This record gives sequence, C-alpha cells and structure tokens, in this order.
Amino acid sequence: MVAELATRPQNIETLQNAGVMSLLRPLLLDVVPTIQQTAALALGRLANYNGDLAEAVVKGDILPQLVYSLAEQNRFYKKAAAFVLRAVGKHSPQLAQAIVDCGALDTLVICLEDFDPGVKEAAAWALGYIARHNAELSQAVVDAGAVPLLVLCIQEPEIALKRIAASALSDISKHSPELAQTVVDVGAIAHLAQMILNPDSKLKRQVLSALSQIAKHSVDLAEMVVEAEIFPVVLTCLKDKDDYVKKNASTLIREIAKHTPELSQLIVNTGGVAAVTDCIGSCKGNIRLPGIMMLGYVAAHSENLAMAVIVSKAVPQLSVCLSEEPEDHIKAAAAWALGQIGRHTPEHARAVAVTNTLPVLLSLYMSTESSEDLQTKSKKAIKSILQKCTYLPALEPFLYDAPPNILKHVVGQFSKVLPHDSKARRLFVTSGGLKKVQEIKAGPGSLLQEYINSINSCYPEEIVSKFFPGVQVFVSFMTA
Amino acid sequence: MGILFQCRDAVDVFRKKEYDAAVKIQSWFRGCRIRAYLRYLHRVATVIQKCWRGYLGRQHYQLIVKLEFCTMKMNLYNAMAVRIQKRWRGYRIRKYCFNYFYLKEYLKAVSETNDAIREALEEFAEMKEREEKKADLEREEKKRDYQARKMHYLLSTKQIPGIYNSPFRKDPDPWELRLQKAKPLISQRPKVKQKRGVNISNRLACTSARSLPQSEILPPIDRKQCQGPFRDITEVLEQRYKPLEPTLWMAEPINELKMAREELRKQEWMRNINDNMFLPFSSYHKNKKYIPLMHSSSKYGPNSYGSQHFRDENPKKWICDKDFQTVLPSFDLFSKYGKLYSKAGQII
Repeated sequence: MVAELATRPQNIETLQNAGVMSLLRPLLLDVVPTIQQTAALALGRLANYNGDLAEAVVKGDILPQLVYSLAEQNRFYKKAAAFVLRAVGKHSPQLAQAIVDCGALDTLVICLEDFDPGVKEAAAWALGYIARHNAELSQAVVDAGAVPLLVLCIQEPEIALKRIAASALSDISKHSPELAQTVVDVGAIAHLAQMILNPDSKLKRQVLSALSQIAKHSVDLAEMVVEAEIFPVVLTCLKDKDDYVKKNASTLIREIAKHTPELSQLIVNTGGVAAVTDCIGSCKGNIRLPGIMMLGYVAAHSENLAMAVIVSKAVPQLSVCLSEEPEDHIKAAAAWALGQIGRHTPEHARAVAVTNTLPVLLSLYMSTESSEDLQTKSKKAIKSILQKCTYLPALEPFLYDAPPNILKHVVGQFSKVLPHDSKARRLFVTSGGLKKVQEIKAGPGSLLQEYINSINSCYPEEIVSKFFPGVQVFVSFMTA
Repeated sequence: MGILFQCRDAVDVFRKKEYDAAVKIQSWFRGCRIRAYLRYLHRVATVIQKCWRGYLGRQHYQLIVKLEFCTMKMNLYNAMAVRIQKRWRGYRIRKYCFNYFYLKEYLKAVSETNDAIREALEEFAEMKEREEKKADLEREEKKRDYQARKMHYLLSTKQIPGIYNSPFRKDPDPWELRLQKAKPLISQRPKVKQKRGVNISNRLACTSARSLPQSEILPPIDRKQCQGPFRDITEVLEQRYKPLEPTLWMAEPINELKMAREELRKQEWMRNINDNMFLPFSSYHKNKKYIPLMHSSSKYGPNSYGSQHFRDENPKKWICDKDFQTVLPSFDLFSKYGKLYSKAGQII
C-alpha cells in the first residue's frame, strides 16, 4: 500500500481521477504516519495539477479531515497537508472559499507558529494563495490573525520562508486600502524595507511587489513607505540582473510617484528619474511599462517636474520606446507619457518636438492596425503637444499629412507664431508652407478659415494672390 | 479884342498850367506829408503790434517752456518709477510666485544628481558583475578540484605515465598538476536515514537514578571507527551513569545550621496566633510622631528653665536668696544604676 502510494506521485500525468480520491481518503486516516504523509502528498500533487482534481478533492470531503489532523500531527504531515490546501486554493475563488469554510484558516495560522521553517513556509504559501483571489478572502485571512505571524516569518533567517511570507503579504495588501493598512499597522514596512538590500533576487521581487501593493492605495500609505528610507536604495534594484526585480522596482516607484506632486518631487530630487530612464533603456517589452508610466505620472503633476524629466534625457528614450516596441499597449503608454511631458508650455513642446516624435505619433494615430486605445492616446498626445508647440520646423510636415481635425490646430499655431517673426515668415514661404495653406479647403466662417486669413494677412497681397492659381513662389519678393 | 482873348487864353493856358503845376506840387507835397504821416503811423502801429506780439509770444513761449518742463519732469519720474517698478515686480514675482533662477538652479542640480546617480549605479552594476564573475570562477575551481579529487587514480606513477602525462608532450597537462595536488576522495559511508517518526511516548519515566536514559538515538558520529579492543559497553555505561555518592561533608549543605534555624523559625511561626511583634508601649504601633512642646523646642535651644533649673534667671525675681535644696534623699534603687555588683567590669 505504502509502496503503491509512494510511486503514484511520480506519474501524476498518467493518473486517472475519481478512483484515486476515494482510495486516498481512507488512507489519510491510516495509523502509520508515513502513509498519512504520503497520501497527503499525493493528494496535494493531484490537486496542484488540475482545477478539476482540486474540485474533486473538495467534493470528496477530504478537507475537514485534513484540517482536523493538521492540528495534531507531526511536521511532515503538516507540510503535506498545507501543500494540499495550497494546491486546492490556488485555482479559483470558490475553491479557496471552500477551504475557508471548513475552518482551515485557524489551523494554518497555528502552523505559522510552528518551529519548523518548512511547515511555516507551507502554511504561509497556502495563506498567500487563498488571499490572492479577492478582498473577502484576504479579509478572512487577516481576521484569522495571520498578518503578525507573517511579519514574524519575514524576520526568520531562511530565505525561502522570507520569500513566501513576503509574497503572502503582497497578496493580502493588494486588494484594498484597509487591508494594506492592517499590514502596515503590524510594522511590516520596516522589515520589508530592510530586505531590499538582500542579494537574493527572488526575495527582492516579492519584497518590492509587497511594498508597491501597499503604496498604491493612498497618499498616506505611500508616504509611510517612503519614510522607511527606501530611496535611494531602491534605485540600485533598478540595476539588478533579474528583469522582474527591475519591473517591480519601477512599479514601486510608479505607485509612489502617482499620488502627489510632493512625492514625485522627492523622487526627482533623489535622482530617480535618471535611474528609471536608464532602466527603460536596458530592458525590453513589458518590463519597461511601469517605468514609462512612472515618467508620465511625474511629468503630469506640474511643469517644473516635466522640465526635470526633460532635463534627465527621458524624451529621446521615450521616443525610442515608441518606435521600437511591437506591443500596442506599451506604445500607448509611451504616447501618453510624451503627451504629459509636452503639454505644459512651449518649451516643453519644443523639447518633445525636437526629437522628431510627432510624425511617429501621427503615423500611429493614422494607421489602421493600431488598437483603439493607442489611437485615442496618440491623438490626445498630438493635440496637447500641438496646442503649445511653437517650433515651426516640426510643425511643417503636419501641414502635408495631417487629417483635418489635427490640421486646424497646426494652422492655428502657425497663425499665432507667424505675425511676430519675420524670419519664420520667410522660411514658411520658401518651404512651400504658404502654398499648402492656400490649398486647404475650409468652410467659410470656420475656425480654420480664420486662421488661414490671419496667416494671409501677414503677407502682402501679391504673394497671396500668386498662390491661388498654384504658381511657384518668387523668393526675391521677400528678400527685397 | 483878339489879343485880349489871346492874352486871356495865354494867361488861361498859363493859369491852367500853373494851376496844374501848383496842384501837382501841392498834391505831391500833401502826398509826401501824408506818406510821411502814414509812415509814421505804420511805424507806430508796428511798434505797438511788435510789443503786443512780443508779449503774446512770450506768454506762449512761457507756456511751452512750462509744458516742456513738466513733460521732462514727468518723463524723468516715469523713468524712475519704471526702474522702481521693474525691480519691485521682479522681486515680487521671484519671491512669491515663480523664481526663474531658482528653477534653473534646481534643474541644474537635478541633472547633476542624475549624473551622480547614474555613475553610482554603473559602479554598483560593475561591482555586482565582478562579484558574480569571481563567484563563477570560484565555483569552477571548486568543481575542478572536486573532479581532480575523484579522478586521483589517474595520476601518473613512476612506472606508468598517466593519461595527462603523455611522454609525447613537452610538459604535463595542467590536469596532471591538479591531480598531484588533490587529496584523494574517500567514498562516504551511506548515512543511515533516521526515521524521525519514532514515538517518543516509548520513553520510560526516569524515576531512579540508576536507570539508563532512554533518549532518542543520537546521529552517528561521522568519522572512522576507532581502533582497538574496547570494554564491554554495558560496563562502560554503568560506569558513566553511576550515580553520585558524596562524602558526609559534601552530603550536607554548607549552610546547614542556618537552614536548620530557618526551619525551626518556620515551625514556630506556624504555631503563632498573632503575627504582630510584641510592642513595648501600647501606642508604639500607632506611629504617631512625637510633637514636643513648643516651649521646650525653641529655635535657640531648649529652654533651660524647667529642665536645668527651676528658678528664674533674673535674680530680682527670686523670693529668697538661698539655693534650693533637695528635701528628699535620692532613691536608693537607682544608686547602682549603670554599675555592676562586682567590681570587675565596672563602667568607668
């Protein structure tokens, strides 16, 4: 019997279902402890493999038995039973709810107080998986008093236990501000902040993710995270070899930056923007996304911060992202970030326009392959930048290819700049812009027509009339 | 008659001529006079007009000068006011709304911080890389050492050259040198897997000091077997776990006497009805602080009247001049107070 069970865990994939459950169940009540342990282990592996098998475990009424014996048995059994609970709980919220309903949470919390680190790890893992699904389950886990014990687990020397406890805390605090507040009240932030310096990269991933889940809910929580003196240590995590550490670190910085201008200012003052820009440059794909969003959030708060972002050489990097990335949602994020940077004053718009991103944005807007989201974002970005842009060499290409709704903004900008600048007027004529403007057909009395009229009024009548039949311009006129 | 008429005519001609001449002369003269008068009048009118025009012109001129002066003053004031306003506006904006230079400084500081952070992060990344490389190299070394230890038998002997020391090579392969340095690896004895599920409830309760302790099996000590004949294990354990047999002196504790006293005291205390100590005075326990008479506890020392002497200090108030005498003899009981009945050990 024992031998038969001992071989079963090896060939899970070739196993059948229902028969096994009914066989395993009485074995759980066996006298010999090794049989119980191996039976529990087998159940766990079955449940881990497939959601339906997990459901069968629940339906077979095995859970109450497991929970009951969890309280009494030795640590190998506890580990195996916690493994079963975790495997069942990870597939769906209903299964997790079933686990909670049979009172497993209290026993798991008791396991968290056990001496053996393996048992603690298994219990913490099970609690983490249960709390992951939704806020009610997390609340149930918190009500069972798991959070202080998890914080104690974090302080243990074993790295695996720290990882699991950190990931459990992260899963608990991600659902709502109250849960995050509960986690903070136990003093988790200080320990998590210390562990950022740990060299193990998987641990860093979990810790950074936990901190970002805490910080994302409200300004107070973000401020508490910042008070734990994570800057500038977090910036070293942006240089880590592991991609997910970089991603989680930039997520954390993004969550902090998005709340208020003061927090963004803090990040800028510690050099965070430069670090994030370098991090964006060094990775590809989805890893870049939080970093791009962070730049957008910082620039969105105020024009001084946007200027600081420009000074940190972020704009060329963003335009590279915009053109290189294959995925639409990353491009949309880059377009949004550029829009936020360029929309404040003509200086900012000029900084964006100089890098030749506007044609790229236009092409993204016009292309039929871009998703809805990308199109709306690039359109907004173009509009907001154009309304402030006075850098004419960048505006000129727009006269030729832009659709009418963007064209009117372009022409509007020209009409604002040209009356005052004679050199620009000359350039405008020589580059053929004036000719193009004449060719635009606008409804009489519309805004576009007004703009065209104001442009025409900058030039003497003869030149304007020369364009109507579409004749080439004579430069001598302007140079005389 | 004709000559008369001729004379008359000639006179008439002359008369006409003379008359005309006279008229001419008179008219011319009158003309001159009138002209002179007119000239005079013109001159006078010119003088009047000149003066009047001069007066008017001067007035006008003064007005112009005044206006010019006012304008000049106003321009000066405006220019000065502009200067003041320029400074004030610049100061106000910089202090309360927006300081351009501060912004510039801030941006410069931000870019400097960025550069510093970039450098620091580069260094950090480099350091990490170096550490990793070092760790990798060490791991490689360890692996190679381990392999060399496992393959120590491939070392070349005097008779037979090993595979790494081929006679056709000039120097031996570096593996040869490694093999020479490596200590041969002894295969480990297979560790006995202890089933930790042994029930602890099998343990006997140790009541007597003579029984052997039934603790869990200790893990085997991982070294070679010691060589040599050994005593019988039961004898050894008996010896090892022999109970203590102390001498009589050691059997009793050192503060035996004190403890016996304590014991006695405890037994007596057991029999006490009342735990309070027997107090000397009835109100001893009342803990009342003794308040002396103000009369006797004055600042300048107790009044000696009433204790040292019973007579007034002022001799004028005395009734008689003589001293007081003791009427009654002193009490004999207290004559020996402080003195023992024997002379030996007398209080001096």
